[in-house]
Amino acid sequence: MLWNSLLLAVRAIRRNVLRSVLTILGVVIGVSAVIIMVTLGDGATQSVKDQITSLGSNLLVVRPGQRLGPGREPARAPNFKAEDAEAIASQIGSVAAVAPTAGINVTVVYFADNWSTNVTGSTSAYFTSGNWRLASGRFFNDTEERAGKAVCVIGETVRKQLFGTQDPVGSEIRVKRFACEVIGLLKSKGNSFGMDADDIIVMPLRTVQRRVRGSDDVTGLQVSVKDGASRTHTIDAINALMRERRNIAEGEDDNFSLVDTKQIAETLSSTIRVMTMLLGAVAAISLLVGGIGIMNIMLVSVTERTREIGIRLAIGALEHEVLMQFLIEAVALASFGGVIGMVAANLISVAAADAIKVPFLFNPRINVLSFVFAALIGVIFGYFPARRAALLDPIEALRYE
Amino acid sequence: MSTDRTVAGSPRPLLELRGVTKVYGQGRAAFPALRGIDVTVQEGEFVAIMGPSGSGKSTVMNILGCLDTPTTGSYLFRNTRVELLSRRQRALLRRHYLGFVFQGFNLLARTSAIENVELPLLYRGEPFRQRRSSARAALASVGLDAWETHAPAELSGGQQQRVAIARAIVTHPALLLADEPTGNLDSQRGREIMELLAALSREQGITVLLVTHESEMARYAKRVIHFVDGFVDSDHRNGGSA
Repeated sequence: MLWNSLLLAVRAIRRNVLRSVLTILGVVIGVSAVIIMVTLGDGATQSVKDQITSLGSNLLVVRPGQRLGPGREPARAPNFKAEDAEAIASQIGSVAAVAPTAGINVTVVYFADNWSTNVTGSTSAYFTSGNWRLASGRFFNDTEERAGKAVCVIGETVRKQLFGTQDPVGSEIRVKRFACEVIGLLKSKGNSFGMDADDIIVMPLRTVQRRVRGSDDVTGLQVSVKDGASRTHTIDAINALMRERRNIAEGEDDNFSLVDTKQIAETLSSTIRVMTMLLGAVAAISLLVGGIGIMNIMLVSVTERTREIGIRLAIGALEHEVLMQFLIEAVALASFGGVIGMVAANLISVAAADAIKVPFLFNPRINVLSFVFAALIGVIFGYFPARRAALLDPIEALRYE
Repeated sequence: MSTDRTVAGSPRPLLELRGVTKVYGQGRAAFPALRGIDVTVQEGEFVAIMGPSGSGKSTVMNILGCLDTPTTGSYLFRNTRVELLSRRQRALLRRHYLGFVFQGFNLLARTSAIENVELPLLYRGEPFRQRRSSARAALASVGLDAWETHAPAELSGGQQQRVAIARAIVTHPALLLADEPTGNLDSQRGREIMELLAALSREQGITVLLVTHESEMARYAKRVIHFVDGFVDSDHRNGGSA
């Protein structure tokens, strides 16, 4: 019997193709809006996570000075010293490695090409804490670090600007007034938070201090926390140690700041998740509106087909059969709209994800959920018109003009 | 006027109306459409119901078709008291024993002739193959074997009424109710439809009840009942004519 009702419903839908298409348009748009929003939201979350991971997982960054709040004067805070890094590494047990960094923007030259980029001096710990991999060549070693040798590892962007597609390892570039041998090429990380992570040259800390910056200042500390160690305890310990080393009296504000990349990642992803949910909810409202569209058309259809319903009842159709026919018609329309919406949404999501440069992640849960929701809307909004059809008086219905 | 005969081999009553009245509306607006009808129809009869408009012939048709119930009195269909049945039971009775032909054909638009004819079988839950072959046979018996895939809009009025008749007889009903079946047709088409109904009655033994106001069409029936003002005015057999 259900099969027959389905057959009747399909015949009825087929009899008025244009109207059926227009009817389901609302559901198509609703379903695809929900799926697109959630899929792109997922992609954005994933993209943030990827970027944080590329910065280095479990990374704490210590910088001199406070982040400015409203009404705050920029405090002139002293830089760090290389000994600060050693102190953190040796005195705090939950720290895996500390890389002191000293950065400066410099124009580098290779034959006729020049490129202004960030030159960062650090130790080899910088590469591990920052999750850097090599595309070719090698990192610098302890001997080169201690001696302050003129060697460097360059990022992909620098390579592209100075060397084109050539292998840069073994070549010499000019940094300020000295020649520096390229010993390694970093594997590309791409963009992270709108900044080109590959636009970088890394040299031994001492080389940068002596030959580029001309001071033994350290402008930042990159601390990687041991896996499984408590982050809050580590952060507290670093804060206490730095206050002590920088002679900050009790009650005085810190003149340095500590940024937890994982914390940022979590904050950002939860923000995006909330945004995604909001957008999804708005999209779900359009799905509801689509449902009302179906009800509207079904009511028109019942009125328009009053005579037909009369014929069916006269021939011997039972109330529940007429009800089922119209209900199935509504559900079939809604589900059909759901399927079209699903296909369209995923196609659009692939294109949109590519356009806004986030990964496309197929989310089976939201696809199934939207489809079920669409079908459910067919049941809910189809029931009232269907009931109205089923309860028609056959004599009146047959006489209806 | 017919008397019940229960001797084996002789006609049995298919339906009986006993003191049937029908009142529409209530209180002062009450309008009596039927004022006490007693009619008995035997199996296999071909009866025409005639009368001017407002005489109650449509009302009696609705009651006989189990679409409506009498206000008082009793309607027996094969000894079942129809007025005691629920809406659902009456629907099932229609499904299994009755066939309808209307003045306005009442075919489903944009639906092929064969799908129209299949419709009652669909509600009976018959499987596809059986449905198709029965529908095909019914269409052939009204002379429309070549028109199976045509939609009503592609058929003439006479052809549409033939499709409607095929739909009514595809279930081999005990009773075929035809409400002004020739009303929308010219006299030539009308006579063809009447001949078809007469043939169905004669050859397949289907009891046919016909409502008409054209005496020319009523001549095809073997028995004519005249209604006037909600009463049976006359009830006589046609002599000789087929």
